[in-house]
Amino acid sequence: MKWDTCDPKTAYVLHLADDALILGQRLAEWCGHGPILEQDIALTNISLDLIGLARQYYQYAAELMGEGCTENDLAYHRDSRAFMNHLICEQPNGHWGDTLARQFYFDTFHFFQLEALAQSSDERLRHIAAKAIKETSYHAQYSAEWIIRLGDGTEESHAKIAQSLRHFAPFAHEFFVASEVDRAAAEADFGPKVSDLSSSWEEKVNAILQLATLDPVDLGFPKKGGKAGLHSEHHGYLLAEMQSLARAYPDASW
Amino acid sequence: MVDNEALERALESVMDPEVPVLSVMDLGLVRAIYQVKEFIHVDVAPTYTGCPAMDVIHERIKVSLEPFGETIIHSVIDPPWTTDWMTEAGKKKLEAFGIAPPVGKASDKRTLWAPSPNVRCPRCKSERTDLVSLFGSTACKSLYQCQDCNEPFDYFKCF
Repeated sequence: MKWDTCDPKTAYVLHLADDALILGQRLAEWCGHGPILEQDIALTNISLDLIGLARQYYQYAAELMGEGCTENDLAYHRDSRAFMNHLICEQPNGHWGDTLARQFYFDTFHFFQLEALAQSSDERLRHIAAKAIKETSYHAQYSAEWIIRLGDGTEESHAKIAQSLRHFAPFAHEFFVASEVDRAAAEADFGPKVSDLSSSWEEKVNAILQLATLDPVDLGFPKKGGKAGLHSEHHGYLLAEMQSLARAYPDASW
Repeated sequence: MVDNEALERALESVMDPEVPVLSVMDLGLVRAIYQVKEFIHVDVAPTYTGCPAMDVIHERIKVSLEPFGETIIHSVIDPPWTTDWMTEAGKKKLEAFGIAPPVGKASDKRTLWAPSPNVRCPRCKSERTDLVSLFGSTACKSLYQCQDCNEPFDYFKCF
């Protein structure tokens, strides 16, 4: 397979797919470990939505690549350097506040990204986005409510969520720093200009932070590279677990 | 050629595995039925992108139409499925089963942090209910609790 030399549209679809799959896999790690049953179920529901969305994108990418390429090839048989997800998606779950801070930044970005993709010049992306935005608005509502609950909670929950939000802010900055793939997508009008999404994102994020009695977001110096395939150490471990079965038994079906 | 009405009648007995009182017709999942040569084609809208019940639903549709001929299923996401397509009869069956049906129209649901609706308890019909969790036993449901009879119950999200 030649996914490192694919055309700009396929690369862009893979970038979208990788975000959804990697974050979906991270959230799935909470299965059976949530603080209470309802929250365990909520995170795995979101995980399921994201993995379903990843499948939509991978199926499309596989069609664009042709030559018998399948969604499974793309999810299970690429190495870390071929993945183009944002670094924030692969960061470890940490404690509950860490997971929710990561999710809050991502969901809010994801909502505005899908809103833009619903206007894409590419019909298939428009259709996928129009469907996914309905699910994503529930995710965004859920994570925002948790930020408010933790920020406006006890002294300890406030301090912890403030620390988690500070930790992930430079990772969130990567959303708005265009990669080559983002630039090509914006030029051909099948994806948004990512820098254009930052003002809506900051406005929404800060409105929630204010309700949560937390300081406005300071994005700081961007931690970036994920969209160009340069990942943190965590990425390899995540793939090793996620891909092990498909790689050990390449013809396995389930 | 088989009469389309006969095919629709057969599909009325194809139940959703997660909500066994609703058929694929009640849910508005079947978008089109057409016949080309000896094949029956059915366009099916997925509810949620990652809904694990979709594969089972596709299989059940094929089995139920077997007496009429071979069926080809097409998963169509445009326009995206909405609870607005659920039939009124379906909503009544849902409430009788103990799941509160979706409140209002989904058409204006594309806004972030929309206020949550007044959901009626399917058991005692009280409207004094609280949202416990946005995500319930399946992707399509939220978890509520009634303040009057204390019963926890599922609410089929307006989507």
